[in-house]
Amino acid sequence: MATIVVDVMLKPEILDPQGNAVASALPRLGFTFAQSVRQGKRFEIVVEGEPTPEQLAEVEKAAAVLLSNPVIETYAVRVEQ
Amino acid sequence: MRVGVITFPGTLDDRDAARAVNFAGGESVALWHANADLKGVDAVILPGGFSYGDYLRCGAISRFAPVMTLVIEAAERGMPVLGICNGFQVLCESHLLPGALTRNSDLHFLCRDQEIEIINNATDWTSAFNNGEKITIPLKNGEGSYQCDDTTLAQLEGEGRVIARYVGENPNGSRNLIAGISNTRGNVVGLMPHPEHAIDPLTGPSAQGLGFFTSILNSMVR
Repeated sequence: MATIVVDVMLKPEILDPQGNAVASALPRLGFTFAQSVRQGKRFEIVVEGEPTPEQLAEVEKAAAVLLSNPVIETYAVRVEQ
Repeated sequence: MRVGVITFPGTLDDRDAARAVNFAGGESVALWHANADLKGVDAVILPGGFSYGDYLRCGAISRFAPVMTLVIEAAERGMPVLGICNGFQVLCESHLLPGALTRNSDLHFLCRDQEIEIINNATDWTSAFNNGEKITIPLKNGEGSYQCDDTTLAQLEGEGRVIARYVGENPNGSRNLIAGISNTRGNVVGLMPHPEHAIDPLTGPSAQGLGFFTSILNSMVR
């Protein structure tokens, strides 16, 4: 059993009001380290056995068609060990 | 003149949209998301709401509903399609319209009467208005900020495909104050505010939204 992780983030040029809200909440709690915050989504897809290149290609396709909206988001696929 | 109104799980403005169609003199036809059947309608409205709970992204799951395959095909053949609010989001996710709707810039869910200006009355859904006409209809959404890249924005503006703009302060961070856009042909229109809630002074802030529904009857008769 392996987990394929798909990270989806808003493109840098797209305004991220949620990330901005988190960034402005941090200093109120005394956390002063953040210059900026961007918030994204993470999908964990469990497959049987080691993922094959074909499976990963399918996941890439699904990430482009469903998991992300290419107009506003980017995605990255990786296998979690 | 039969206008289909699609109900997805989580849709909530389908009844008002159907009422608006009937009020304008058309015949509304209820369509169900899971049935691949348009019942021979002449036009389709995708109403507002929270289809599929807005899971993943607003409109992202609805796009794959059986009825949407037929709507996409029919829209490409020229059938008039109006997406209001969540319906606009579905049209963007279906790639019938460019761009995307994202979280309001101030993160608040907005619910108020909003003045908009009709910019282009040369579409199937705006012909009853004059260009420059200002109308007040409800705006109620959490993810109404219209976003697209610079090339798309220039194209929309250059081709007159911005059909309505917010008047006054930008309510949600939409680029160029965009409240609604159309496809190149003018048969597919997406609109964030809700004309179906403003067809009768008894139940809305004005009757100024009715024009969207009389427009479609006129364009079918032409």
